[in-house]
Amino acid sequence: MAEAQGGRSLVVDAVTHRYPSGALAVENINLDVKGGEIIALLGPSGCGKTTLLRIIAGFIAQSQGRIIIGDDIVDALPPNRRAVGIVFQNYALFPHLSISENVGYGLAARGIDKATRQREAQRLLELVQLPAMAERLPRQLSGGQQQRVALARALAIKPSILLLDEPFAALDKNLRLDMQIEIKRLHRVSGITTLIVTHDQEEALSMADRVAVLGHGKLEQFGTPSDVYDRPQTLFVNTFVGSSNRMPGVVISADRTAAKVRLDAGAEIIARPAGGVLTEGGRVTVCIRPEHLQFVADETGFAGVVGMSLPLGATVVHEVTTADGSGVKVSQARIGETRALESGAAVRLAPLAPSLANAFPATL
Amino acid sequence: MGTAPASRDVTSYGMGLAAPLALFFLFFFVAPLLQLLWLSLHNDTAALHWGLGQYLHFLTDPFSLSVLGSTLLLGAEVTAVCLVLGFPIAWLYQRVGPRLQTIIILIVLLPLLTSVVVRTFAWIVILGRQGIINATLQSLGIIDTPLKLLYTQFGVVIALAQVQMPLMTLPLITALGRIDPNLDDASCSLGAGSWRTFVRIVLPLSLPGVIAGCTLTYAAAITAFITQSLIGGGQMLFMPMYLYQQASTLQNWPFASAISIIFLLAVLVVVSVFTTLGRLSRGYGGA
Repeated sequence: MAEAQGGRSLVVDAVTHRYPSGALAVENINLDVKGGEIIALLGPSGCGKTTLLRIIAGFIAQSQGRIIIGDDIVDALPPNRRAVGIVFQNYALFPHLSISENVGYGLAARGIDKATRQREAQRLLELVQLPAMAERLPRQLSGGQQQRVALARALAIKPSILLLDEPFAALDKNLRLDMQIEIKRLHRVSGITTLIVTHDQEEALSMADRVAVLGHGKLEQFGTPSDVYDRPQTLFVNTFVGSSNRMPGVVISADRTAAKVRLDAGAEIIARPAGGVLTEGGRVTVCIRPEHLQFVADETGFAGVVGMSLPLGATVVHEVTTADGSGVKVSQARIGETRALESGAAVRLAPLAPSLANAFPATL
Repeated sequence: MGTAPASRDVTSYGMGLAAPLALFFLFFFVAPLLQLLWLSLHNDTAALHWGLGQYLHFLTDPFSLSVLGSTLLLGAEVTAVCLVLGFPIAWLYQRVGPRLQTIIILIVLLPLLTSVVVRTFAWIVILGRQGIINATLQSLGIIDTPLKLLYTQFGVVIALAQVQMPLMTLPLITALGRIDPNLDDASCSLGAGSWRTFVRIVLPLSLPGVIAGCTLTYAAAITAFITQSLIGGGQMLFMPMYLYQQASTLQNWPFASAISIIFLLAVLVVVSVFTTLGRLSRGYGGA
């Protein structure tokens, strides 16, 4: 198949961008994307991920740093010569052109004759499973169909990189899963290097080979979904990706692989030093995911009082107030009969394993 | 949307409320118009003998036809100038920051805030033999004798274009503002240069605004009695002045009425051509 040209690599090299006001939009971003990878740029709104997307596409000229696609530094190229395909959040189909003309638009810009354009458009519409829609106008299509057309249009120019800006945000939940599968399928066929900008962590973790987590314009972590979820490098990643209990404490002793921490909640636990070297006596924040806490019958762990229990289908979430007054959530898988915990019951909690409690130096 | 599920047809409200305006129009617009038509169908100035003589006179008289022709041409020229100058302003408006937008809209609206007479006299000062343009060019030594700008077609077109500019620019600003800015980026990312983006995307999508602007400008330009007469002077005769002379000076009311009806029909034809184009372009969705 013609698309199967193998994706080109993308290097974002020390890119910094300042707004005219002087405020930093993104700061010193380094990404090294291999050809054919799917990368998710994950972050809350306002973290600079869309700015980064527009820099890669060429709509914004970065203040510092380089963008390298394949072997070419593309900083001097305007967007229309970068051969970067973009699917916009609102699809941005041309409302006055037929679906076929929309898909063939990029080919027309390259001076390709009408017959070839129509043939190619038809082939791409078959690829995105909309073969019968060629003569319709965009507004006659549903949201999901419009997105497929936007994908076909972006793929028509045989782009070196495909950028998807919040591709599933405007779709309802059922359609979202369909489109995620569809994009995965198209990616398998085309092998094109793909960058997905999203604020939805499930989307990022399920779609991407690697996830780049952005917070406040900085790259917090760039790794595989399991790296990001299980071995977060910063407190921001730990709390933004998945949910997490944050428990303050003091370091008793620490080496490179393990730290003994006295929690303010009243227990000594072993945690993984996740954000660099910990010093003895230093304040830390320990993050433990709700599903990584367990109730223990012995005297290990810390004491707490059950506030309420929420049965959420496959899991039950208990809200527990600890001795220092802070609340933690505990998620239990619903196996067989779950222990119904009464409100006010005294319990003791401990992490499932030391590697599942991450200790970060506390920032004031 | 009515909150009651069985809400009445909304059109049933509007009619009664529109009645005062409808009556006003009936007495002060439709009735005079019918009177005009009645008058124009008489062969003599006293309006005693029925006939199509006035129309035959106009349509066989080369002078009258040339006045009609030059008036319609004037409208076309003014519309073209306004479109060519107004489009970039409207385009710019959609791409600058809010502060510059305020300045642009102020400049665009400024002609509307001064009286037509004042604006026209300002153009006389600018275009006259001892006017600003001639004085500047002469002092720079570019020309020896003053250029004839006032009382020329060129002068009338320039002055009318300035006076009617808001009628073109405002619909264009609205139309361009409705175009999703992402379409620009999408076109660009697909490899289209700015010229292709303009011709294939921006222009077709702004067509409703272009047509509205052209219709308004055209209708206003050909009927602009004051500016046409003051800048055109005695040598240039356009339909409004021709009509005025026949009615007021020569007291030939039936002929003046026939001129009005013919002028009205000519304008209606041009406007309906514009609106037909507009209806065709509405197939584009307009977003």
